[in-house]
Amino acid sequence: MIEPRMDLGPHLDGNVLAGPLREIFAMDVTAATSRCASCGAVGAVAALHVYANAPGMVARCPTCEEVVLRMVRTPDAAWLDMRGTVSLRIPM
Amino acid sequence: MGIVTPGFRGRPRSSGPDLPPGQYLTHDFPVLSAGPTPRVPMDRWEFVITTETSRAHRWTWADMMALPSETPTVDIHCVTKWSKLGTTWQGVSLDTLMSDVDTAADYALVQSYGGYTTNLPLTDLLDGQAWLAYKFDGEDLHPEHGGPARMLIPHLYFWKSAKWVRGIQLRFDNEPGFWETAGYHDYGDPWREQRYQGD
Ligand SMILES: [Zn+2]
Repeated sequence: MIEPRMDLGPHLDGNVLAGPLREIFAMDVTAATSRCASCGAVGAVAALHVYANAPGMVARCPTCEEVVLRMVRTPDAAWLDMRGTVSLRIPM
Repeated sequence: MGIVTPGFRGRPRSSGPDLPPGQYLTHDFPVLSAGPTPRVPMDRWEFVITTETSRAHRWTWADMMALPSETPTVDIHCVTKWSKLGTTWQGVSLDTLMSDVDTAADYALVQSYGGYTTNLPLTDLLDGQAWLAYKFDGEDLHPEHGGPARMLIPHLYFWKSAKWVRGIQLRFDNEPGFWETAGYHDYGDPWREQRYQGD
């Protein structure tokens, strides 16, 4: 299969996300609804199964137990892995 | 939701000549877990080493028990800062398991029942440095500590000693594992305090 060549259209750099993302990350995300990337189950972040006796926090889907999101806090950074999340619906 | 601080809060920290930097001594055996404990029926358990050419070397539980075992006494160091000295194990040396494996790979990705993974250079699995362990302190390894069998690689932080191990993928590239993709160090030498990426 031949992939078509892509021409970059007009685009901005990630700095324009600063305002919108600041608004989101200031929210209480446990009130959000997440969709599991593994099984598609939709539910409140507050209902995830969180394993915290670990080198980081691992939040798993209550339906399939796959990882939905992970957080690691190092001395100088926070790591957030949301590969297991299709989307978060954050009420505003 | 607060952001977690690694480690068990409120524990006193001590140090001594046998402890790597930043570690404290514990006498119990804390259980760390990133997910549910997988229960693998012994008649379905297998351990598989897969080479970079996709050649698979398989051992059933009976196969593994028929191999010569060793009883290492080692110090273990968890990245959450506890260390436990003089722990006794029984298991099969990776040198034994690797003896018939023909490979040119430089790295290993250890894989567990339940989906956990961790990466390290292949040389760190050899020369008497690593075991497939199935007994701790003379008893069958409890599922909460990784039974029926776990990796034991005591010269690296203990997250490299994958619980519920089911196999090792030998690779040319150093594919980061579960914690290594979330800020933890690719190598994890406790004596150089390689906890996080960039340490
Ligand atoms: Zn799910």
